[in-house]
Amino acid sequence: MFAYVVKRLISGVLVVTLVSMAIFLLFWYGPSSPAQPICDRETSNRCGNKIELYEKTLGYDNPVYEEYGKYVKGVFVGRTLTIASNDYECSAPCLGVSYRTKQPVKEELVKRIPATFSVAIGGAFLYLLFGVPIGVAAARRRGSITDKALVSSFLFISSIPYYLFALLTWLYLTITFEIPLFSETGYFSPIKDGPWAWFSGLFLAWVALGIFGCTQYTRFTRGAMVEALSEDYIRTAKSKGLPTRTIVYKHGLRAALVPVVTIFGIDFGTLLAGTIFTERIFEIQGIGWWSLQAVQGRDLPVVQATALFSAVVLIISNLLVDIVYSVLDPRVRLS
Amino acid sequence: MTSVPMTQSSASERTSSEGPFLEVEDLTVTFPTEDGPVTAVSGLTYSVERGKTLGIVGESGSGKSVSSMAVMGLHDAKSAKISGSIRVGGTEVVGLGESRMRALRGNSMAMIFQDALAALHPFYKIGKQLEEAYLVHHSSASKRDARRKAIEMLDRVGIPQPDRRVDDYPHQFSGGMRQRAMIAMGLINDPSLLIADEPTTALDVTVQAQILDLLQDLQREFNSAVIIITHDLGVIAEMADDVLVMYAGRCVEYGTAKQILVAPEMPYTWGLLSSVPDVTASTDARLIPIPGNPPSLLRPPSGCSFHPRCLHSDKVRGDLCRTELPALLPASTGTAHLKRCHLADPVGVYQNEVLPEIAPDLVEETR
Amino acid sequence: MTQDPNAEAQIEPTEVGANAAESGERQLDSDVSDAYGSHERGVDGLDFSSLADLGHTASELDPDAPAVLTVDNLKMYFPVKSSGLVRRTIGHVQAVDGISFEVPQGGSIGLVGESGCGKSTTGRLITRLYKPTGGSMMFEGHDLAKLSNREMKPLRRDVQMIFQDPYTSLNPRHTVGTIVGAPLEVHNIVPKNKVLPRVQELLEVVGLNPEHYNRYPNEFSGGQRQRIGIARALTLNPKMLVADEPVSALDVSIQAQVVNLLQDIQREFDVAFLFIAHDLAIVRHFCPEIAVMYLGKIVEIGDRETIYGRPHHPYTQALLSAVPDVKQAAIGGRRERIRLEGDVPSPINPPSGCRFRTRCQFAQEICAKVEPPLLQIGKRHKVACHFAGELGAHPATPVTTELLGVDDQGSTVPGATPTNTQLTIPGYEKTWYDLGTKQTTGV
Repeated sequence: MFAYVVKRLISGVLVVTLVSMAIFLLFWYGPSSPAQPICDRETSNRCGNKIELYEKTLGYDNPVYEEYGKYVKGVFVGRTLTIASNDYECSAPCLGVSYRTKQPVKEELVKRIPATFSVAIGGAFLYLLFGVPIGVAAARRRGSITDKALVSSFLFISSIPYYLFALLTWLYLTITFEIPLFSETGYFSPIKDGPWAWFSGLFLAWVALGIFGCTQYTRFTRGAMVEALSEDYIRTAKSKGLPTRTIVYKHGLRAALVPVVTIFGIDFGTLLAGTIFTERIFEIQGIGWWSLQAVQGRDLPVVQATALFSAVVLIISNLLVDIVYSVLDPRVRLS
Repeated sequence: MTSVPMTQSSASERTSSEGPFLEVEDLTVTFPTEDGPVTAVSGLTYSVERGKTLGIVGESGSGKSVSSMAVMGLHDAKSAKISGSIRVGGTEVVGLGESRMRALRGNSMAMIFQDALAALHPFYKIGKQLEEAYLVHHSSASKRDARRKAIEMLDRVGIPQPDRRVDDYPHQFSGGMRQRAMIAMGLINDPSLLIADEPTTALDVTVQAQILDLLQDLQREFNSAVIIITHDLGVIAEMADDVLVMYAGRCVEYGTAKQILVAPEMPYTWGLLSSVPDVTASTDARLIPIPGNPPSLLRPPSGCSFHPRCLHSDKVRGDLCRTELPALLPASTGTAHLKRCHLADPVGVYQNEVLPEIAPDLVEETR
Repeated sequence: MTQDPNAEAQIEPTEVGANAAESGERQLDSDVSDAYGSHERGVDGLDFSSLADLGHTASELDPDAPAVLTVDNLKMYFPVKSSGLVRRTIGHVQAVDGISFEVPQGGSIGLVGESGCGKSTTGRLITRLYKPTGGSMMFEGHDLAKLSNREMKPLRRDVQMIFQDPYTSLNPRHTVGTIVGAPLEVHNIVPKNKVLPRVQELLEVVGLNPEHYNRYPNEFSGGQRQRIGIARALTLNPKMLVADEPVSALDVSIQAQVVNLLQDIQREFDVAFLFIAHDLAIVRHFCPEIAVMYLGKIVEIGDRETIYGRPHHPYTQALLSAVPDVKQAAIGGRRERIRLEGDVPSPINPPSGCRFRTRCQFAQEICAKVEPPLLQIGKRHKVACHFAGELGAHPATPVTTELLGVDDQGSTVPGATPTNTQLTIPGYEKTWYDLGTKQTTGV
């Protein structure tokens, strides 16, 4: 087990390294000079031949491996970055300085994590809380009218593109019906602004994520549960004279949870890496929102940092899924 | 082992006064499907005494498993319509409420299944699954009692180091050991009726022999009524006192093992005997298959459901086989031997036509 | 279209077969297919005696048939990897460990044994689904064990496989015509417009309605699917078929249909069979010669009468005595049996010496020390046991000591020269070691 985790972590580090290299290469071999956006910004779109100055101070005239080396060194010991004629101190682990705000990317990343994590955890909590039990109930009543109605209406909701769904939720609940709880969305620090502000600011995002995820998790759970309930060991459990509750939950759900947990682990990793639509629509300034802005403003260091952050989060969540899997299913031995 | 004949005789003495432990009468099981009702079992009647073994033979779709699951009450009330009567130890279980049925299930009757790897829950330790079976019927027992009982049962079915193996998961057991664990679980509450559904089909012959030995020893020890469902006539010959041959949901022949396997009177039974080679048969014996395929239960053939595959219907006057379902009537060997066939002289046909082809050596012996 | 002149020769026999059908010679076959092929057609007009005539008695041995496949000292070791950071090979599953046998042309040899004995692996080695670790498999002058996959391709036509499970071995998204015809296209041996007629001909041979070529496997029953699998295997006119448990997934009444079909095919097309099954009775019926395997080794091999009538290896004896017998019904109760205790040991760490010794009631010290050679003790009978003998007449002292130059405890006798008898040759010698006289004798 320990050796397995170490092995997976090593391969994870390798993946992160490769991702960072790939992004770095994109900088160099992109369609325009990587210094172009910052030069445009600094000179109010009158960059012209000043581009060379920017390229020189940013090091874009050096060979790519040399700059990558500097970047990696910066991650471990920090570095001083020069943009045009200004120096920016960037302490380890240095992920660069935002071209837009001139702030160290790392600090901004850390500031935005709570918002994204709040959205992800709240949304996931809601959809698991409702999705799994509804899925179990549907599986137990498989073929009934309730089951059919549930499955088809949920299929309908999940076939709406999520951004449209989230937008409609916001439109109806906030604008049309003017429900006060949903009036002000956004991220508020639970410590500085108080838990209520935090709660009410995120609530609509949670509801949107929760409903949408719930329709998916109901279907996953129902499918896994239907399969589990048709297994031979359920018949065995029944023939032992166990009460229906025990059969459904202890024997059926226990087995059905394995695939659900697997999907959830990967889903949740994606949520933690930033939910662009949710954050954009509900004005939550988390990592997704930030990365969207960075892409629009061609803020390369931020793009790089958010991409690396997603890679790290996904690798860790995948590893956790595998560990949980081995705990849930004794047949899977991690080796 | 030496005391075996004694226990056996005392067992039958004891049971003769009690009457059969399981009595199935006119059992019909129908599943409504989108294409129409499927009658998987129809008009089935049989009984098993304690200490006796009934073998049920038939192909897939013959209703042999469906009828046994009806005895255990394992069919979903919403998807199966059950009529007729099933009395377990005097209690009528058709129409019995779920909670009372549950009290019987796994307690006074138990079932073991073919594929023990699939039939045991993969995520729980063997011991936990045994304990669960014990605790559900012994509400006053402590977990420690249950564990002790589980170890005792594993020991009883011949699992080495039961106190350690009790904490293994099913996948850590070999095929034979899993089937032993399954049997231990079935017998943990000392049931009076044990239904074994193809208990050795997936196993190797030497392991099969071990499991059959074990079932027989345990039957003597617990004096239980046993139903063994199988397609292997050899297993039937060595295990069963009585045999029920099923085809397309109906009983087509019923009698003692000797009557059915030595003097069968129904062409389907002949077909089964002639289509299975035997390890000790003469090499001149022909392997004669039953033509065609088992019928669809959705649109069962008219008259005798075996008639489309029967090679002897030309010996029956007129169109009787196709138009009229033969009644289950006493055969020539004795009143306990029943067969469902229109043939006027089945004994003659079997002796003169079938036997010379499938067992030429036996014909010479009898002549 | 291929330019290979042999390709034309390949399809020759069936052309002959098809013509023969018109002249009535193959009439038997179509009767067979009518009789137990299609359910729809029923059995009208067929009576018992005519069906009985179509049923086959056990296959007979042709002792003079030359070998089509000679397997010599075949080995397959699967590596076992350690867990941990670096995955080292920490051992081997000795799935098949030095087996030798011959498959006679147009004949059949049966491989029996319990799960894990290596019989299926042997089948997969011969069809080269695995590449063997060692040994040779001579087939038509080629050593199948040494050929690369590319070199193997033209030979794959000649060695085909019939699989156990007719439900998973056919691609559900392909029509029967595509499944049966695919080998023709892969090997590119008939023009495209000839594929369909050939497919229909094959379907007819295996007793299916030739008009059903455009149906999908799920429209057929288990027995019919197995026929499709057989038709696919026959497509390229193989010289040898490896049948791995071909009937064990089928209902009893259907098993006999398929066994008879395989016998028809063998007789008609002169195909050799390696018949792998755990059902001893079916193997006895189909194969005039049988090899019994235990933990990757052949422990006894011989003709049917010897193996089933006078087995000399304690394992063969135990195996046979474990088979439930229908005849027992006349007597009632269970028959006397040799009880084997416990399970088969792990093939990763097989017991030293004789692999069966841990479960053998006759095992003595020598069995742990020296591996018994597969010794020819009769005209067509070889056994690997220090105490080989008929049931109830096993010798008290090892019979192999003189040959191996060891004493009764298995220790090497100083100065003794082991007699180098034909211990590993695949076929049979004209002379053999007589257990009674302890002398080499002949016919």
